[in-house]
Amino acid sequence: MSAQNDTPETSGETVKLLIDGVEIPAREGQTILEAAADAGIYVPRLCYREGLPPGGHCRICTVKVNGRPTSACTFPASEGLVLENNTDELNTMRRQVVEMLFVEGNHVCPSCEASGDCELQALGYRLGMIAPQYPYQNTTRELDASHPDVMLDRNRCVLCGRCARASRELDGKSVFGFEGRGIGKRIAVNASHGLAGTDIDAADEAVAACPTGCLLVKRQANLIPVGKRTYDKTPIGTDVEA
Amino acid sequence: MVETDVVNRIVQQFGGDRTRLLDMARAVHAELGHISEETVAALAKALDVPRVEVRDMVSFYAFFFREPHGTNVIYLCHAVVERMQGADDIARALEEATGTTFGASDPDADITLRYTSCIGLSDQAPSALVNGVPVTNLTVDDVPELVAALRGGRDITRLRQAQVGNDVRTAGQVIFAPTERGAAVRKAVTMTPDAIIEELNVARLRGRGGAGFPTAMKWKFCRQAKEDVHYVVCNADEGEPGTFKDRAILALQPNLVFGGMTVAARALGARKGILYLRAEYEYLLRDLESELDKRRHLGLLGDNICGCEGFDFDIRIQLGAGAYICGEESALIESLEGKRGAPRARPPFPVEHGYLGKPTSVNNVETLCCAARILVEGGAWFADIGTKDSTGTKLLSVSGDCTKPGVYELEYGLTVLQLLERVGAENAQAVQMGGPSGQCLARKDFARSISFEDLPTGGSVIIFGPERDLLEAMRQFTAFFAEESCGWCAPCRVGTTLLEKCLQKILDGKGTFSDLEALETLGETVKTMSRCGLGQTAANPILTTLRNFPILYADRVRSDDGVMAFDLERAKEECCSVAGRAPATGEETP
Amino acid sequence: MAKPRLATGHFTGCFGCHMSFLDIDERILELVELVDFDKSPINDKKRFDQPVDIGIVEGGVSNDENAEILRDFRKNCKILIAMGSCAITGGVPALRNTMPLKECLEEAFLNGPTIGEGDGLIPNDPDLPVLLDKVYPCQEFVKIDYILPGCPPSADTLWAALTALLSGEEPSLPYELVKYD
Ligand SMILES: Cc1cc2nc3c(=O)[nH]c(=O)nc-3n(C[C@H](O)[C@H](O)[C@H](O)COP(=O)(O)O)c2cc1C
Ligand code: SF4
Ligand code: SF4
Ligand code: SF4
Ligand code: FES
Repeated sequence: MSAQNDTPETSGETVKLLIDGVEIPAREGQTILEAAADAGIYVPRLCYREGLPPGGHCRICTVKVNGRPTSACTFPASEGLVLENNTDELNTMRRQVVEMLFVEGNHVCPSCEASGDCELQALGYRLGMIAPQYPYQNTTRELDASHPDVMLDRNRCVLCGRCARASRELDGKSVFGFEGRGIGKRIAVNASHGLAGTDIDAADEAVAACPTGCLLVKRQANLIPVGKRTYDKTPIGTDVEA
Repeated sequence: MVETDVVNRIVQQFGGDRTRLLDMARAVHAELGHISEETVAALAKALDVPRVEVRDMVSFYAFFFREPHGTNVIYLCHAVVERMQGADDIARALEEATGTTFGASDPDADITLRYTSCIGLSDQAPSALVNGVPVTNLTVDDVPELVAALRGGRDITRLRQAQVGNDVRTAGQVIFAPTERGAAVRKAVTMTPDAIIEELNVARLRGRGGAGFPTAMKWKFCRQAKEDVHYVVCNADEGEPGTFKDRAILALQPNLVFGGMTVAARALGARKGILYLRAEYEYLLRDLESELDKRRHLGLLGDNICGCEGFDFDIRIQLGAGAYICGEESALIESLEGKRGAPRARPPFPVEHGYLGKPTSVNNVETLCCAARILVEGGAWFADIGTKDSTGTKLLSVSGDCTKPGVYELEYGLTVLQLLERVGAENAQAVQMGGPSGQCLARKDFARSISFEDLPTGGSVIIFGPERDLLEAMRQFTAFFAEESCGWCAPCRVGTTLLEKCLQKILDGKGTFSDLEALETLGETVKTMSRCGLGQTAANPILTTLRNFPILYADRVRSDDGVMAFDLERAKEECCSVAGRAPATGEETP
Repeated sequence: MAKPRLATGHFTGCFGCHMSFLDIDERILELVELVDFDKSPINDKKRFDQPVDIGIVEGGVSNDENAEILRDFRKNCKILIAMGSCAITGGVPALRNTMPLKECLEEAFLNGPTIGEGDGLIPNDPDLPVLLDKVYPCQEFVKIDYILPGCPPSADTLWAALTALLSGEEPSLPYELVKYD
């Protein structure tokens, strides 16, 4: 899966971009998502995680580059690009993609251990989702509780591939991959039956990389009271904008 | 274990080269009949890669069975045109004759029935692939004989229906004119690479695969990419429903295709070429291989081609395994590298970073034929044909409600109406131009011209007669995209399914005007947010009919009184049956 | 001028949203000043006998009776509000949606750990509502005008939304008050 995940090369030269009318500097070849972040501008994102090669899966980071929609997490900066980011049109479409992810899986936030710390949920809040407008798909998804310390509940998986990339790039393992295609695509593990057959460890970056309640360390749930969780009071992206 | 032995032998055969995993999996599948989890593990072990990586690949392709299945496999084509021509009747007859249902095998595991999307035989529909052998123009009466032949172990290639007609209805000057084997290559060796590219530039040749990118420019970028190795790839994955023109070229003019690839090699400085052939066209492989052999004998391939010192080039054919998305050039390259056919992020583009990371020019079969012809006849000759921005001829695959379906080679600039007159379809209600990913045209559009400047097309032209339920066809197109979405990105993976369900709801008479608005908004979102051409065009059947046939939709929706049409009776069925209660009667669903 | 009429309904949920509603504490006195209560589990009025301005429903739709009453709400309420995760998404009861109803019923009434060998019976009294194959959100049955997320929505959320609507404004909730859990 190598070529898919090459980080764009950076030449290091400074270029200028125009994002929503504001001029910002960037290193040539740096992704526009990161260039924007360096300048304190948040581009909503889900499958991107700092320190990992981009995946381009969620498309929530879609911006318009010289009028053409493209993913900010993969597109390299170059001199004079004109970008649209924080527009009603894009934010509405981003919200719709978030809603698609909600109905694709089986997300029951009230009974989810990640609630309050989940990036999908937080994007829903930030982008103004009150409830998904599409019908729930109620698909059957396997819950894998075979491992003593780590749980994989595919009902909450958004197929962002962060676990797979983190396992490969940071843990030096290959615990995760994809399986199937289209709406039948699922996250898969490197064993015939379940996580217990893999060499995953609860301390792996792969586990920490999961943005949702899909991949969880067992016996760690609900330790933080409601009101004190990551996104209870502060919208996602606030740290970037700070 | 047998599996391990087979796997190890096959992996050896391919030199243990991880990038040939698709070939290995195909070979293993052919021998063992399916690829079990044990086989996946054995492949992973033999290649020393994580098993999740092997499973990732084999679980992607439609033609890989993961479970044991019947000795014989019938893939009945279930695309829109085939269903218009009676594929559903054939399906019922097959189920009756075999005693099984689609998606399953008969009790003796003798015959497995499966549906598949367009197999490139829409001009001879209904059609099927039976153990890889194409059978065409099927009637319900043919079915018992076919099934009996399979059960009796007889050679099905002898069946009357086991033939593909490749008659070209209209042959033009470029593709189907007579050719002399090797003419283009002999010309190419006398020219510098720059001169070859300049000739295409003079011809103003644009790619025939859909996007219409100027071929000279693509070759120039590829040539300029500073790398020691360059690749030429011919895209013969032809999967757009209703397209079959590349099939006709591959069957009738393979020399022109390989000639074009060799010309490209000369222009790019490539030493290796690959023709990516969709699995559905495996039956063409033998003749294509023998054409390659002939060319090697004649010195048109191999070392020092045509005596030109240092011009070494050869071609291999890579078979796919059932995935429309592999026609997208970067997905095709991933597939060539033995991976799932997921498109890549761009930039970088294949001309810089393609097969095995090297500069690669991916060209459509027809484009390469044009290039070969241009070398022989000259760029100016070619530029004289067609219109200003659309030079040359275009192959059209015409199917659906017309009296003369088939392949037509016509000059660009022809109007839709002129085409309809020629193919016997003047009374058409609508024309799907460019296949499902193109646009659905209404009569008001019939004066428009087929050309890059007005109506670009990859070649698929599907005609709908006045009686057809157009929206049902659009639903089937949308279902096709949902089926073929690679699943990499969220808007296409989920959005295509939601689009299909929303349209289904409207067709069931349960939609309201607000559902029509929702359908359009969703379509625009899928189009804007998706990662590659598949998702970006998947909403076109819906979006273009919403625009061109609004009345058809308005007729199907009910007024909005705040109460949705919900099929309560259906939702109650399961409980009634489990609890042994009489299904409640009469509850009216609005 | 007559006070606006308010009705509340309860389907497949845990009554938590209604409890949260009561959590507005002393503000309930203010509310009584502002509205007349119509049909509601709080007062046990069973039927609509006149048009209602605002209807608020809790819980998803899991049986035919829920569906019928919800439709009745829609017909009788000018503004219909779905309150809480269960009404909006099916919520916790919708956890059963990923398995066949047959399995749920068999587990509950035939094979469950508290059921003696051979004692099980899946209830089939004709007076019981018939379960639906899935638990559905209210908006799959009727048009919903406003949605108040939360499990339950906090008393502050409900209060903010309701007072806005009563004074003829669009409810717009601050970040802290929109929560799916
Ligand atoms: C979903 C999808 C399917 C495609 N299928 C084909 C195909 O079957 N054949 C083809 O030549 N091009 C196909 N293309 C276009 C290719 O990506 C590429 O543009 C083309 O092969 C370039 O060749 P050309 O320049 O000769 O047109 C497809 C594109 C997409 C997005
Ligand atoms: S993973 Fe996130 S969105 Fe999904 S149920 Fe859990 S908290 Fe909600
Ligand atoms: S398990 Fe988590 S990290 Fe992995 S793909 Fe699913 S949501 Fe993403
Ligand atoms: S648009 Fe569809 S086919 Fe293309 S990358 Fe996304 S999921 Fe795959
Ligand atoms: S963050 Fe860019 S596509 Fe997901």
